[in-house]
Amino acid sequence: MLTYTLKRLLQGVVTVWFIATVTFFAMHALPGNPLESEKGMSETIRANLDKKFGLDKPEYVQYFTYMFNMVKGDFGLSFKHENRSVNSIIRERFPVSAILGILAIVFAGLGGVLWGALTAIYRNRWPDILIIILVIVGISVPSFVFASVGQLGLVFLNRFFGTTVLPVAGWGEISHMLTPALILGLGTMAFLTRLMRSSMLEIVNADFIRTARSKGVPPTQVFAKHQLRNAVLPVVTVLGPSIAGITTGGFVVENIFGIPGLGQYFVLAVQQSDYGVIMGTTVFYGAFLVFMVILVDLLYAWIDPRVRLE
Amino acid sequence: MTDQSLSFKPISIEQDAEVLTRPSRSYWEDAWYRLCQNRRALASLFIVIFMVLFAIAGPWVWTKDPAVQNLDQTSVPPWANRAYEIAEPYTPMVSPPPARTSTATNQIDEITVLGEATSIFVRLQWSIVPNASGYQIYRNIVETLPEYPPGVPLARIRGANETFYEDRLDLRPRTYWYSIVPIDDDGEELGPLSTLEVDVAPSTTIDDAEKRGWLDPDKTYQPGDTVYSPFAPLGTDYLGRDLLARLMYGARVSLFIGVIAPFLFVVMGILYGSIAGFIGGNLDAVLMRFADFVVALPFLLFMILFKLAFGVDSESSGIIAMLIALVLLSWPATARLVRGQILQIREEGYVSASRLLGTPTHWLIARHMIPNTLGVILVTFTFAVPSTIFTEAFLSFIGMGVEPPTPSWGSMCNDGRKTMETTPHELIFPAIFISITVLAFNILGDGLRDALDARMRAAE
Repeated sequence: MLTYTLKRLLQGVVTVWFIATVTFFAMHALPGNPLESEKGMSETIRANLDKKFGLDKPEYVQYFTYMFNMVKGDFGLSFKHENRSVNSIIRERFPVSAILGILAIVFAGLGGVLWGALTAIYRNRWPDILIIILVIVGISVPSFVFASVGQLGLVFLNRFFGTTVLPVAGWGEISHMLTPALILGLGTMAFLTRLMRSSMLEIVNADFIRTARSKGVPPTQVFAKHQLRNAVLPVVTVLGPSIAGITTGGFVVENIFGIPGLGQYFVLAVQQSDYGVIMGTTVFYGAFLVFMVILVDLLYAWIDPRVRLE
Repeated sequence: MTDQSLSFKPISIEQDAEVLTRPSRSYWEDAWYRLCQNRRALASLFIVIFMVLFAIAGPWVWTKDPAVQNLDQTSVPPWANRAYEIAEPYTPMVSPPPARTSTATNQIDEITVLGEATSIFVRLQWSIVPNASGYQIYRNIVETLPEYPPGVPLARIRGANETFYEDRLDLRPRTYWYSIVPIDDDGEELGPLSTLEVDVAPSTTIDDAEKRGWLDPDKTYQPGDTVYSPFAPLGTDYLGRDLLARLMYGARVSLFIGVIAPFLFVVMGILYGSIAGFIGGNLDAVLMRFADFVVALPFLLFMILFKLAFGVDSESSGIIAMLIALVLLSWPATARLVRGQILQIREEGYVSASRLLGTPTHWLIARHMIPNTLGVILVTFTFAVPSTIFTEAFLSFIGMGVEPPTPSWGSMCNDGRKTMETTPHELIFPAIFISITVLAFNILGDGLRDALDARMRAAE
């Protein structure tokens, strides 16, 4: 387990280095100077600004400074907002995104396991067919449509009851989090439901289930202890990649629901061409996602020892 | 019973026992047959063909220009009444009838519409509030509620006895909520709003209709005749552009990216994967390690990053930049798959036989390896299309995809979202098109997998 962990961590570090390098060169491939849009700037100010952002040095020096700072955990400065460091932006905004993301993962995971198990129990009967149809809809409709329609639904809901049942946008209380988190998790939930269904159906005729049944284990216990526990395993493996999906899905959902998270800020930075923030947050997100995937893999290897041997 | 079971007799030799009763079918014929048996997949195939026709041939049938703005006809839903009645030429109302006085001191009792409310003018009169020094008039297109404040006033009138207002500002045939409130000298509102719901009838004057180009030059028109506003089968968007035409051009963009990008990265993956898989050894290890790195890149973040890096030329529509970014990031999945298949096929007997007969390597790859992986590749391609359409829509939705004014389904959704509360058709139509296309490709992919997968076939 230790060798496996070390190997995965080393891979992760190299991947993050790769991400940072690609990001650096992609941003430097842009023609012109990132500060060019500041119009009517005198030569002196320009030179001073270049110096402040280190743009006066040759590219390889910039690269090593950038890499060195990354290792220290310094993600650089914003080019648009004076004296705003990417670190302070991340500190301020990432917790919001993280809460939303965790809530969405919880919704998606619980929902996926529950619905998937239900479809397997009621195989080919109406609850199964209904859930499958909903799953297909969930996979085929883009998250931004769900978010928009969900928001519209809230407007009508609130209008129908004449008070604010659930807020349409904003952040701060639990009630603000519920709808966006649910919508953010919806696509993943559909995906997990499908996965859970097929893994339940694969297991339903397994030898150990038959043995349990023949021993006289009550059906509810067979379901909960034998079927569900074994079928959940594949769901755990895809949790890692779904974190990536939920993070990027957050870009849209945070924007639509006016949630002050990092995703919203990232989209804003992209629209404002704030290269400092784009570079910093891309590397931050990249590193975050890489290590989340590793974490889930380690978790899985810990649950299922067979994985370690591969 | 017993007698019968003991009686033996020689069976007659049938000449045609070995004759094939069913025609021999090739792999692809068989796959096609199986696909046709799958009704859902076949329906999806028809939807896909329809969408392709809609994109390619649609603009020839419905020839409206998707870029032409008509600010006179913005956000018209498809179910809107297009028939406008020609009214008498406009004459101002010089002396409105006297108004009665309100009983309350801070609120207006009654608002009335003088004459008929038409899209030429709405004339409002309300009861006098004696201690007011003026009135403030609001107009809304949704009902005002405590949590939906009335917004910016339409007009402000000075004088307690000035209780007449004629609204001629950009009136559309729809329902408006007029709210009027008395104000004091400082412009502060004295009390609660009084609201009147007004249905505006479609009506126009001859001059206006001529300016808008609605008149047939060969005919003469009288007041009382009917003229029609331009026909938009799916309505218009927030700039008055024809939604059907935009959906067709948007289909071109979305399907172009959705089909061409997967095609390119699948081809690239085939080349990369077959080289790695066939040559093997150290080269294979290096190539696949590099592919692993590319897979580890967070996809959408790097789409945005590459889109920025390649799409700096603001004149272009951004389609090419998106294609390059998609290809650069998406090829490793196919490469891995093809490599795995090649490694498997390399050990097959027919490959060894062919090699023994002196077939050159490139011919082995082209003639034996790739045709045998084609089924799997086709399935990958079919599943790559909807996810690429999704990516394009997502990026266009956050403003990072195709540059305006080029329409794309994703950017149309984003435009439509802004007005979804009052005119939801601008969001719903592009959303339906994205969803149906993605759904059709997904089901078709499922069907193809069932039809092409030999393992599945053996199980039945």
